[in-house]
Amino acid sequence: MSQATAERATAGATDEPRAARRRASWRRNPWRKPRILEAVTWAYLAWSIVPLTVAILISFNDGRSNASIQGGLGFTWWWSDPDSLFKDPELQSAIFQSVRLSVATMLIAVPIGVAFAIGLDRWRGRGSGAANFTMLLSFVMPEIVLGVAMFMVIAFVLTFIPLGTWAQVVGLVTYQVSYPVIIVRARMLAIDKQYEEAAMDLGAPPRATIRRILIPLLSPAIFASFAIVFADSIDDFVTVRYLSGPATSEPLSVKIYNFSRGSPTPAINAAATLLMVATTLVVVLGYLGYRAATRGQRREGVQGLAGQI
Amino acid sequence: MSTRRAERQRIRRLTEPEAAPGGVNLPRWFWPSFTLPGIVWLLLFFVLPLYTVIAIAFGTVDPVLRTPIPVWQPWWWTTSHMTEALDKAFGIFSPVYVRTFLYVVVASAISLVLGYAVAYFVARHTSRRKRALLLILLISPFWISYLMRMLAWINLLQPEGYVNEILTFLHITPEPIGWLEGRSITVILGLVYGYIPYMILPLYAFLDRIDQNVLEAGRDLGGSPVSTFFRVTLPLSRPGILASLVIVSLPMFGDYFTNTMLSGSPNTTMIGNLIDDSINTTGQQAEAAVLILILMVILIVPIWYYLRSTAKAAEAR
Repeated sequence: MSQATAERATAGATDEPRAARRRASWRRNPWRKPRILEAVTWAYLAWSIVPLTVAILISFNDGRSNASIQGGLGFTWWWSDPDSLFKDPELQSAIFQSVRLSVATMLIAVPIGVAFAIGLDRWRGRGSGAANFTMLLSFVMPEIVLGVAMFMVIAFVLTFIPLGTWAQVVGLVTYQVSYPVIIVRARMLAIDKQYEEAAMDLGAPPRATIRRILIPLLSPAIFASFAIVFADSIDDFVTVRYLSGPATSEPLSVKIYNFSRGSPTPAINAAATLLMVATTLVVVLGYLGYRAATRGQRREGVQGLAGQI
Repeated sequence: MSTRRAERQRIRRLTEPEAAPGGVNLPRWFWPSFTLPGIVWLLLFFVLPLYTVIAIAFGTVDPVLRTPIPVWQPWWWTTSHMTEALDKAFGIFSPVYVRTFLYVVVASAISLVLGYAVAYFVARHTSRRKRALLLILLISPFWISYLMRMLAWINLLQPEGYVNEILTFLHITPEPIGWLEGRSITVILGLVYGYIPYMILPLYAFLDRIDQNVLEAGRDLGGSPVSTFFRVTLPLSRPGILASLVIVSLPMFGDYFTNTMLSGSPNTTMIGNLIDDSINTTGQQAEAAVLILILMVILIVPIWYYLRSTAKAAEAR
């Protein structure tokens, strides 16, 4: 029942006193506007967004304080000051390391994950359950467990992998690989198998069917996976921190973590804001890709994407 | 149970023949081969690392270098690290374990009440257009890093930060409060702020799926809105509540960074901090491995619940 019809149903009783009517409608119509819940929701959103806005503003602080704005707004801690985000050599190299790690992770984790999801969806034999279980286990494992375990295996067992970029990429891929699997599997359940069957009936070999039918149908999920894996790995600092070697292998996220406990300058806020801008851009690109790939299909917009997360 | 599963598999075999249409017979290894890279990766970099943690926890330590030596064969395991860690867990570190439990329980409870209210409002009481906007705002923390969100509170809660400025301006406190100097309330606030988005979305997805007709039936049978909520909506959303509680409490148990960023004081140390401290100290890495195992034992029930419920959901589809 829509809200409008419900309101029409209760609107008949006009001669009752207003307060009593409201009370009556409150009892009769459970789909009335719940003011308290609405207030809680907006209060929650304000609570979740205002601190971030303050943190972004502080990155434009001209003063040295990271607690309050002093002396106006500007790009002092972005590029003017010698210790600013784009001038400090340490932070500069950290930016490149962040990009390097997340691009490498994305390029390795997404193909492995997509193939894994396709295989798992079709494989009906013994072993598929165990493979699925292991993948899900890696998904729910708290990151500290995974980070410490990866550190131990690389530091004491697989010692041919040096701590640093290689180890970090290996760790990130392990942590991220389950995202594409989950996203692509959800999409596999939604797409109709008859397109593939039609292609095979028309004589397409399995490989061509996968390349020309299945992959295009999965492309929205693949776009979403690229965006999520990139955004998640550029922000990661738990796994990456344990697996970093020399200071040059520490990406921006680890620098932010390390500096945040001292008395940081607004350059650290600038670094965090930069990460936020980068991930937002990638998520928007991923979403546009998702929209383009689902053009003409019944889709649920943001809600569809939200459902996939 | 096992006979039912066998029966299901038999039916599946009969109803879904291996042979593809068009006469193309795919070899049996065709689809499994797609999972091969993933399986090799997970074996090498997920299963092996976990076993390494066990082998180090029950292993020995190099007498000179103080580095742990993993012992792979269970029959040669030594339990000296384990007994030492358990002694500490029931001795000097017992407040840390109790505190971790307390923080996680309080923070999850606050997240649940607040998150449920928000998810319920968005799922039940919004127009399509407004819902899209609200969902974007609710999803945004997913791609704004945890660090950024903690950093924001470091900025706000400093002695000369805006929170203290407002509090002293309103004469609520005469002097600025040292929020970041080892206060439980700050750490719990950080945990709630950090993990509540992970609770709202699954709750929203779950509440959105509840059939409106069931609620109308509850109303038609004479239930007040409140009793309909408590006797229909709430029982129906129980699996969603449990799943989202698991989703937030698992990472909270392993959290150390909220604490180091927002407090840094031994007054608020959590299990994660013990692990983080010992992994960074030469000679104590075996202890870190044992602590990881203890953490895993604590978390085995929620993890098991999560895996079982996702398996059930997959079967239901």
